[in-house]
Amino acid sequence: MISYILRRVAYAFPILIGVNIITFVLFFVVNTPDDMARMQLGMKRVSDVTITNWKEERGYDKPILWNKDSESIKKITDTIFFQNSVKLFVFDFGRSDSGRDIGHDISQRMWPSLAITVPSLILGLLSYISFGLILAFFRGTYVDVSGVILCVIMMSISGLFYIIGGQYLIGKFLHLVPISGYDTGLHAVKFTILPIFIGLIGGIGVSTRWYRTIFLEEMGKDYVRTAKAKGLSETRVLYQHVLMNGLIPILTGVVVILPSLFMGSLIVESFFAIPGLGSYTIDAISRQDFAIVRSMVFLGSVLYIIGLILTDISYTLVDPRVGLN
Amino acid sequence: MTKHIKKIKRSILDYRSISQLPFCLLLICTGCENSIWNNPYPNQDSAKNIHYDSFSERPKHLDPVSSYSSNEYVFLGQIYEPPLQYHFLKRPYELIPLTAVVLPTPRFFDKDGQLLKADSNLGDIHRVKYKISIKPDILYQPHPAFAKSESGKYLYHDLNTKKLSNINVLSDFDIVGTRKLLAKDYVYQIKRMAHPRIHSPISGLMAKYILGLNEFAEKLSKVEKGNPGLSFIDLNDYELPGVRVIDDTTFEIILSQKYPQFLYWLSMSFFAPMPWEADYFYSQEGMIDKNITLDWYPVGTGPFMLSENNPNLRMVLERNPNFRGEIFPTEGEKGDRESGLLDDAGEKMPFIDKAIYSLEKESIPAWNKFLQGYYDTSGIVSDSFDQAVQFNLQGDAELTDEMQEKGIRLLTAVTTSTSYVGFNMEDEVIGGDTERARLLRRAISIAVDYEEYISIFANGRGKPAQGPIPPGIFGNVQGMKGINPYVYNWENDKSVRYSIEYARELLVQAGYPGGRDKRNGKQLVLNLDSPAAGPGSKASFDWMRKQFGKLGINLVIRATDYNRFQEKMRKGTAQIFQWGWNADYPDPENFFFLLYGPNAKVDHNGENAANYKNPEFDDLFNQMKSMPNIPERQDVIDKMVEIARRDAPWIWGFHPVGFSLHHQWYKNAKPNLMANNKLKYKRIKPKIRKEKRAFWNQPIWWPITLLVFLTILLLLPAIFSYRRKEAESAL
Repeated sequence: MISYILRRVAYAFPILIGVNIITFVLFFVVNTPDDMARMQLGMKRVSDVTITNWKEERGYDKPILWNKDSESIKKITDTIFFQNSVKLFVFDFGRSDSGRDIGHDISQRMWPSLAITVPSLILGLLSYISFGLILAFFRGTYVDVSGVILCVIMMSISGLFYIIGGQYLIGKFLHLVPISGYDTGLHAVKFTILPIFIGLIGGIGVSTRWYRTIFLEEMGKDYVRTAKAKGLSETRVLYQHVLMNGLIPILTGVVVILPSLFMGSLIVESFFAIPGLGSYTIDAISRQDFAIVRSMVFLGSVLYIIGLILTDISYTLVDPRVGLN
Repeated sequence: MTKHIKKIKRSILDYRSISQLPFCLLLICTGCENSIWNNPYPNQDSAKNIHYDSFSERPKHLDPVSSYSSNEYVFLGQIYEPPLQYHFLKRPYELIPLTAVVLPTPRFFDKDGQLLKADSNLGDIHRVKYKISIKPDILYQPHPAFAKSESGKYLYHDLNTKKLSNINVLSDFDIVGTRKLLAKDYVYQIKRMAHPRIHSPISGLMAKYILGLNEFAEKLSKVEKGNPGLSFIDLNDYELPGVRVIDDTTFEIILSQKYPQFLYWLSMSFFAPMPWEADYFYSQEGMIDKNITLDWYPVGTGPFMLSENNPNLRMVLERNPNFRGEIFPTEGEKGDRESGLLDDAGEKMPFIDKAIYSLEKESIPAWNKFLQGYYDTSGIVSDSFDQAVQFNLQGDAELTDEMQEKGIRLLTAVTTSTSYVGFNMEDEVIGGDTERARLLRRAISIAVDYEEYISIFANGRGKPAQGPIPPGIFGNVQGMKGINPYVYNWENDKSVRYSIEYARELLVQAGYPGGRDKRNGKQLVLNLDSPAAGPGSKASFDWMRKQFGKLGINLVIRATDYNRFQEKMRKGTAQIFQWGWNADYPDPENFFFLLYGPNAKVDHNGENAANYKNPEFDDLFNQMKSMPNIPERQDVIDKMVEIARRDAPWIWGFHPVGFSLHHQWYKNAKPNLMANNKLKYKRIKPKIRKEKRAFWNQPIWWPITLLVFLTILLLLPAIFSYRRKEAESAL
């Protein structure tokens, strides 16, 4: 298994370089270093000298990918891409274009993101599995039919509607929680209830239907018929056999998203004014802060690769038939 | 506490519903002081003298020499004190001393250093000197940069990464100190404008006026390049000819030419004092790695200090304990006394203890929290406009019944800004100084009906512009004499736009009958560049097409992102464009310079985006900009306005009207579009706020209970069915 993991880690490098190149090209197609300087320095009265100084200080006066004026290896190394990319591989994110240490900012902002995503994941799993089981249990009855119809309706509604509707109903009309905001420590709890609840509601449709399908597939298998033939009750069959076997695809589906939990949610954080990494990324894009954008894209890629590796490993742990070669 | 626990237990026992568990948890977290559950602030702060507001965008800079944005001035204006400020109540806007003892008057000198009279010829003036005396005994806010040991040694001026291991934010420094404000701090700040690493946005502009600033910048640049890795340049060691410390409380600024608008700049944070200790303190090894910088933690002498800077969450200003105290104005303009704006006359400011600004990126939550009483003031976005404001039969804006019931008040003011459509005067078709092009531009100016635009797209919040100068700025003329005679007629005591038939007639004269070029018969196709993109702008683009369509002209919209738009403007490839300008200071020069030839964007990278050049206009501009606000200046301005209206380099567009709402407990609110230091004048009545919040925000439970009850009811048949099924035998 170790050699497999090492091999997968080695494969990750060309992927990350590729992601970095694409990020660089896409970003600089839209924004030139001059645009970035103007965005940082303000739109009024900025002189060319000031822009030149700003670019020089941050190394944006160099060519992006290929320095034709340099010699030998410097054609590659004396570029914005190389100067900025190499450090990323040792997780040195450097400074943002506004001068702040990105690593420090990430370490601060990951916690609010986790405060939303972790409870959302745990409570979501519990709720969706329970709903999926209930629908599977009552398959073919009015509970199942109406549940599926409800799920389809909920799937069809935009996530933004849940956010605005939830803020209106629970925060504004019922006055039960603050509409938006965040705080530190235990005081954060009252601010996380609404986004977590809305996250749960927003995901019910898709996840419940998926879990229902998994459980129904399991319930059609031979071992379930055998269990029933043995005289086990529906409940016992469902919770002891179907649930355990159904968890395999669920678990592997969950493991892949675990590392990226701390990247946060872009829209939820924005609407609820949660100071997490999701809003950090959105802000950076709108401010054309390339240093942050490339760091977050790189981090996202790394975490996704880690998630995929963990998924492979989790397969071997939950299903003895699978081996990593 | 026991009482609270009992209350929680009772709540759990009463409802016996799992659905309420999170809310019981919430009750624990909110302190259970009262029954308001949606309070985003600690309940114990409810009766405190705190101002609550929101902000939507993280400030980019809090270094006063770099900051040039209104969302940053909200904070900086309360912390830093430049020598001058605007009178809070008087209109037209009037400069008064802040830290200065009196308003400085310029002294003019010729080449031989001889003092000249104030009305001397511009050509004779070689130097202009402003001698500024500051008030004694002004202290800086408590700050670790000033902390000294008993022996007088600075405690935190020999820091390094190791010593900073336990320091993460500025408040982690245990000891703070202060010192008196000195004239040399102002001089130090002016020198910082030229610092190669700070990138002050006005360094280029000031280099034209402050003697030797350009050479000083080059000198500092050489010092920096010659000492790679140098973290601190002590600006006290380098002489700048344009500034001079006379004594502890007096300094002098020397300009190389007459520039009366310089006084306005002295009211902006670019000219706020900066103690060298702070600059040195923040430049030490390891500080920037902790994000402890001058751009993040300001050091000022103002009534407030930034006690918490977490722009991802909130910014907190607290009363500066070292603030000297300032007196609320004893006079204002007509009507101020009657409206209660002079109730605090002569009282010592500031009135509030703390101001908490919370991040609200989306307008809907911010608006709803304002209605719940959790923000003291609010703007009005389009989504909420109809809920807040209605227009009466006279066309005046007034609050809706819902707002009036809440005791909310509305303030309106025409902003000192302008939103216009510019013609690129270098364009072969629409630009140039020919009569043909001029008539074409005038016809378009008539066809684009800005009264309709304001009504549809700005909810009536705008005033059609008659020229470049907005109301409230010297030079703007109201009434019949103030209308643009090329676009409007004066009928029944109001301006009336010329008919579209007249515009078509002008188009015929221009050689485009029915919108077709008489020379080749082809339909005239014009291009409009706009930085506005996205589906939200489609309606306004369609409207604009329709306006040009009234003349038979085909308008092609080229909506681009702001970067590309700026690039087009710099290269002069745009034909017609939409843009705007917000005044830096209340002087006509700040608007006319947008049409001044030597400021043309293509040739000089200036702010004259239309690339308009008219030698007569330029001569008058040079004359006007050096004049005081006397009738002769008005005459010159009238001539300039007439030339600009005749040449029509812009469709003059409109001046937006700002609408703001505030709650009944928020006092001394008066729109002042120039002053940045308004917080010190504000007063809060926390008792009223607490009562209103409690009244408006009682939790409503019945829908939750109903929902739980219905869910149980729906599941019951299924449960019974399951139990029946379980009880059934196999055969």
